[in-house]
Amino acid sequence: MNLLVFLIPIALFLGCLGLAAFIWSLRNGQYDDLDGAAERILDDD
Amino acid sequence: MTCCSASSVPSSAALKHRLDHERLLAASHTTPDGSLQTDFIVPSMHCVGCIRTIERGLADLPGVKNVRANLSTKRVAVQWQPCEDQPIDFLEIFAGLGFEASLFDLEDVSTSARHSGRQLLISLAVAGFAAANIMLLSVSVWSGADAETAQLFQLISGLIAVPACLFAGRPFFTSAIAALRNKRLNMDVPISLAVLLALGMSVHESLVGQHETYFDAAVTLLFFLLIGRYLDHMMRERAHSAVLQLSRLVPTGAIRLDADGAQSYVLVAELSEGDEILVAAGERVPVDSCVIDGFSDLDRALVTGESTSVAAAPGLEIESGVLNLSGPLTLRVSRSADKSFVAEVVSMMEAAEHSKSRYVRIADRAARIYAPVVHILAAASFAGWMIATGGDWHTSIYVSIAVLIITCPCALGLAVPIAQVVATNRLYRSGIMVKDGAALEKLAEVDTGVFDKTGTLTLGTPHVSVIEGGSQTDRALAGMLASLSSHPASKAVAGIAENRAGLLLSDVTEHAGFGLAAVWKNKPIRLGRRDWVAQITTHHAAASSHDQSEVCFAVAGGELVSFRLSDTLRADAVPTIAALRAAGLDLEILSGDGDAPVQVVAAQLGISNVRSRLKPADKVRRIEELQRQGHKVLYAGDGLNDAPALSAAHVSIAPASGSDIGRASSDLVFTGKGLASIMTALSVARRTSTIVRQNFALAIGYNCIAIPFAVLGHVTPLIAAIAMSASSIAVVSNSLRLNLVKHAETPQSAKTAAITPRPITRQPSAPTNREIAK
Repeated sequence: MNLLVFLIPIALFLGCLGLAAFIWSLRNGQYDDLDGAAERILDDD
Repeated sequence: MTCCSASSVPSSAALKHRLDHERLLAASHTTPDGSLQTDFIVPSMHCVGCIRTIERGLADLPGVKNVRANLSTKRVAVQWQPCEDQPIDFLEIFAGLGFEASLFDLEDVSTSARHSGRQLLISLAVAGFAAANIMLLSVSVWSGADAETAQLFQLISGLIAVPACLFAGRPFFTSAIAALRNKRLNMDVPISLAVLLALGMSVHESLVGQHETYFDAAVTLLFFLLIGRYLDHMMRERAHSAVLQLSRLVPTGAIRLDADGAQSYVLVAELSEGDEILVAAGERVPVDSCVIDGFSDLDRALVTGESTSVAAAPGLEIESGVLNLSGPLTLRVSRSADKSFVAEVVSMMEAAEHSKSRYVRIADRAARIYAPVVHILAAASFAGWMIATGGDWHTSIYVSIAVLIITCPCALGLAVPIAQVVATNRLYRSGIMVKDGAALEKLAEVDTGVFDKTGTLTLGTPHVSVIEGGSQTDRALAGMLASLSSHPASKAVAGIAENRAGLLLSDVTEHAGFGLAAVWKNKPIRLGRRDWVAQITTHHAAASSHDQSEVCFAVAGGELVSFRLSDTLRADAVPTIAALRAAGLDLEILSGDGDAPVQVVAAQLGISNVRSRLKPADKVRRIEELQRQGHKVLYAGDGLNDAPALSAAHVSIAPASGSDIGRASSDLVFTGKGLASIMTALSVARRTSTIVRQNFALAIGYNCIAIPFAVLGHVTPLIAAIAMSASSIAVVSNSLRLNLVKHAETPQSAKTAAITPRPITRQPSAPTNREIAK
C-alpha cells in the first residue's frame, strides 16, 4: 500500500509525459508530412 | 492576314508571362518577416529524389529564402523576396526541373477542416491515455483488491475519467446538442447521455464507497467512437486534398486594355461591360465577351460539350470558360463576371445541390429508429425496477444506466466508418477518389446511369479517322509540320506515324485562326483550315461536303489532302458499358454536342436512349425527371456544362481530366484514361453496402442478447466493458474483409490497373490497420 503512494503518481506522471509529448509533436507539425519524412531519411547528405 | 499589329496585341508569350507573374503575386501572402510565401502543387513529386531536386533547384534562386516540399500533400512552400527588376517565373523553373507545377491559393484550404482533424486527434489521444490508465486500475479492482485500495483506485479513476470524458467527448456533445436543437435524434444523443449518466452515477458511487463504477466503460466507449470519427474525417480530408491537387488556378485576373492604351492587371470580378481585355493562347476566357480583334481557334469541349474546335474571328460571342487555343485575342466584355456563363452554371449548381442535401446517411437513418428504442428501453427498465423494488431509485437508475451503456451504439458508430474507410482505400489504389462516405452509400443504390459524351465516354481529344487524297510524302510532310504546333488538331495529325526521314522544313510560321505555313524544297506548304489551304492548291476546292471537323494540307500547286477528325472513345468504354448494363443499370447519353457525333458514339456503345444539343439546364431537367420517376441516377460527366447535372444527380463521377467545377461538384473522381473505374467503383460500393448491413446485423444481434441481461440487472461493469469491446472487434474484423475480397476481383482490378498507369498519388500506407492497432 505504501509503495502505491509513490508508484501510482509516477505511472500517471509518465503517462502524462507521453500524452504531452504527443500533443506537442502534433502541434509542431511533425505529422504534417508522414510520406515525406519516410523518404527524407533516405537522403544521405 | 498574317499577324496582328504589335501595338494592339502583344505577343502571346509576353502576355502569358505577365499574367503568370500577376497571378503569382496574387496567390502569395506576406509572412511576418516581410517576405512572400507562395505554395505550389506538384502532383508528380513522389520520392526523395524529387524532394531533393525541387528543394535544391529552388533554394539557389536569388531572393528565395526557404523551400519546403511536403510529399503527403504534394505541395511546395516557397518563402521569397521579390526583386523588382527580375521577376522569377517559378512555374518555368519547376518545368525546367522536370515537374509540372501549378499555383496553389492558400485561401482554398479549408483550415477549419484541418483544425477539426487535429482537435479529433488530440481528443483521441486524451481518451486513449485515460482508457489505458483506468483499465490498469480497474484490473486490480476486479481481481479483488482490498477495500481501501479499491476505493483509492476508483477515486483516481474518477479523477482521470471526468476531465478526460468532458474534454474528449466534446465532438459528441456539440453534435448531440445541435441535433436536439433541431428537434432530431442522432447517434450522438444516446452516446452523450450514456457517457454523462455513467460518469455522474460513478462519481456518486465512488463517493459513497460502492465498488460498481463505470469509469472505464465511459472512457473506452469514447475512445472507440473517436477512432470511428477520426477515420471518417481522415477519409474526407484525403479526398479533399487529392481533388485540390488536381485543380489548376482558375483565372482570377485578366489583362485589361485601358482607354489610354495602357495595360493593367485586374481581378475578374472588377471587369465591367465594355472593358477590353487580352486573352493569350492557352488561357481560358474569364467572362462572357465578344471578339474585337485577332484570330484563333476555340476549344469549347468543357463548356458546351462540342467535340470540334471553333474558329474565332471578330464579332464572335464567347462564353466564359472557353479555352483559347492558337492566337491572342482582344475581347470586349459583354457581361460582367457575376452574370457570365460560369456564374450562371454555379448558381444552377447551388440550386441543384440544395435538393441533394436532403440525403440522410445510413448511420443517421439507423439512429432515427435505434435512438428512440434505446431511450424507451432505458426509461422502461427504470420504471419497471421502481415498481418491482417498491421505489428503490438507486437500483433502478443503476439498471437503466447499464441498459444505456450496453445498447450504446459503439459498434454502430464504428460499423459504417470502418467499412467505408476500407472501401475508400481500396478505390484510392485504383485511382478513384471518393469525396465522402455518403457517396459510396448512394452509389450502391443507383439503377440508372446517365453519361455525358465529350470528355467522358470519349477522351475529348480528336484523332484522325479518315484521310482523303494525298501521297505518302504529303502525309509525312503534314505530320512533320503538325508536330510543331500544340493545337489539338495538329497533335492528332502529328500522331499519324509516317516515315519523315529527309524532310527539311524552313520558315515555319503559325497563323492564328488559320493554321501553319512553312517552306519545303522552295515550295510553300500549308496545314490548317480548308479555305485557307485551298488558296495555294491548283484548283480551289469546294467547301467540304461533310459536317465533320477536318484539317487540310497542301503543297503549293499540289493536291488538297483532308484529314477528318473525330473524337476517340475511351479505351474500355464498350466493355464497361456492357458491364454496367449487366449490373442492372439503365443507360442514357445526354450531350451538348450535335446529333451526328452523338449518334456515332451511341451506336458504338449500343445505347439507344440518347439526347443531343442539350444546354446545362436541359440536362438537369432530364435528371430531375428521372429522379421524380423514382430512379436513382448516377451521372458521369466532366464539363462546365455538366456541373449542374453532376450536382443534381443522386451520385456523380467525373474524370480527373475534366473541368475544375465538374470535379468539385461530383462525388467521385477517377484518374486514368479508362471508364472501367466506374464499374470498379460501383462494385466496391455495392460490396461495402453489404458489409455495412452485416455490421448492423452483428451489432444489433449482440444487443438483442445483451439487453435482456441488462434489463434484468445482471450486467456488471466488467461484463459491460468486455461485451462492448467484443462487439466492436467483431464489426472491425468484418469490415476488414473488404480488403481481403479485393483479390477475388482480379479481372476487374487487373484491367483497372492496366489502364491506370499513373495514379495521382503514390499508393497510400494502410492507415486503417495502423489506427486500429493504436
